[in-house]
Amino acid sequence: MAKTEIRMTGSGGQGVIMGTIILAEAAYEDGKHVVQCQAYGPEARGGSSKAETIVSDEKITYTKVIRPDMLLALTQVSLDKYVGCLKNNAIVVVDEEITVPDKIESLHTVYHLPILRGAEEVVKNRMSANIISVGVVNELLHVASQEAVEKAVLNHVPKGTEEVNLNALHYGAQLVQEAQK
Amino acid sequence: MGKRFQLLQGNEAVVEGGIAAGMRFYAGYPITPSTEIAERSALRLPQVGGKFIQMEDEIGGIAAALGASVAGLKSMTATSGPGFSLKQENIGYAAIAEIPIVIVDVQREGPSTGLPTSPSQGDLMQSKWGTHGDHPVIVISPSSVQECYTECIRAFNMAERFRVPVIFLMDEIIGHLREGCELIPSEELTISNRRVDRSFNGTLAYAVQEGNYVPEYAPFGEGDKFNVTGLFHDLDGFPTNDNNITDTQERRLLDKIRMRRDRIQKWEEFECEDCETMIICFGGTARAVQGAIEDSKKMDFIKLGMFRPITVWPFPEEALLKIIKENKHLRQIIVAEHNDGQMLLEVQRIVEGRVPVDFLGKIDGTTITPTDVIDKVKEVY
Repeated sequence: MAKTEIRMTGSGGQGVIMGTIILAEAAYEDGKHVVQCQAYGPEARGGSSKAETIVSDEKITYTKVIRPDMLLALTQVSLDKYVGCLKNNAIVVVDEEITVPDKIESLHTVYHLPILRGAEEVVKNRMSANIISVGVVNELLHVASQEAVEKAVLNHVPKGTEEVNLNALHYGAQLVQEAQK
Repeated sequence: MGKRFQLLQGNEAVVEGGIAAGMRFYAGYPITPSTEIAERSALRLPQVGGKFIQMEDEIGGIAAALGASVAGLKSMTATSGPGFSLKQENIGYAAIAEIPIVIVDVQREGPSTGLPTSPSQGDLMQSKWGTHGDHPVIVISPSSVQECYTECIRAFNMAERFRVPVIFLMDEIIGHLREGCELIPSEELTISNRRVDRSFNGTLAYAVQEGNYVPEYAPFGEGDKFNVTGLFHDLDGFPTNDNNITDTQERRLLDKIRMRRDRIQKWEEFECEDCETMIICFGGTARAVQGAIEDSKKMDFIKLGMFRPITVWPFPEEALLKIIKENKHLRQIIVAEHNDGQMLLEVQRIVEGRVPVDFLGKIDGTTITPTDVIDKVKEVY
């Protein structure tokens, strides 16, 4: 797999950092080279949080995402703040409530998905939006095998929420499949 | 320890490296961006029969760690700039009393409390000269999560072998980075333990055998009566003003690093033998430089090389001079670091104008990128 740069953003507490850790861990377990890091500090407080992971078949030198192949945003503020300079024809995934600038719509492949509503109404766990997002990202990019992602999810979610989070993961994949129909 | 290959944060890998090296005591006071080191030590040390103590402040942290070490346990403390400043007095104490200890400094930007969460390498000179007086010190700086593990083992080995403070100089780039790390089983590792010779040292704790530079006193409390002090001292550890003893002791302290530096220095050379521009960097900055070298190969560009001290003090100056002497294509050196030019001074001192030395630095809390490096190379070529 060529070097793939993924950026996930949302508001603090939505778990986008954990989302990127899960993706990185799954890809690492599948034998890929990975790095993961997050915006850490005052700039990440008060509304938006940014986390990144890079997956590659080759050794990764520079550790930060420069031009994401994929940007996922759960809130309007975080999209506006971190949309930055995307790679040509990148994939942009946003929650359905978010307005995407026309320029981004025309230059990139944009998915508007009901991630937050799905967490609340379908998975019935508001906290699972990040796991739905992991399902979405992996269905679009296939950075890791389904088995490795499920294992990584189970490594990181609280006891008693295993089933609901696996449902969230599958729901994320399903959202992409439906959108691509 | 769990699985051999794990996705770890740099700060977590340091703790795993320490434990693999035999660390069984940690005392400190949490501070960003080093806090995960305290957190993981608190979790892991009790699992291996070790002790973790959160002290009242950073001074208490290093003091407790020194106490544990002089009593025989391999000990560590970790902090960031403000705490590193507080620990300086006791770093000197470790140097003169010859107490092994590993001090981790995950640097942050600026003086005082500065920018707590931003990457920096502004403590490079402080890591060597922060505590007063001529003193021996070894400083190691990792540039990957794997090196956080393996180099922390080496830090402990050298602290124990030479009975010196070893500074593990990290930055936020690597401290908060997650990447793959191989946790090597202990039977495959080389671990140095403190040498103890009670029959020779005994009460004369600071006596040194012929041909050696390091005293081999037993852990405090095991029966030998000796004194431990920050004053210049006689062989039994009790203070003295004798100028001959002072001179002998001070020279031995410095020589034990100076005369053994070939065993302590470690560096990486990447395509230095025929590069036109050589970039010198350390720690997390190396990742941007490696990225720039990678990018440069995709275009018709100046041939780049990287020289990276892993042991930053004592600086691998013989190795650098050898490259300068042997590489006939070399026409430019650039020192890249996240400060206002600290390693730059050392490189200029060593190079003595044989090759032009330029500088790429950042002190705004953001990181040097591969593009910054490429642009600088073009600018000064």
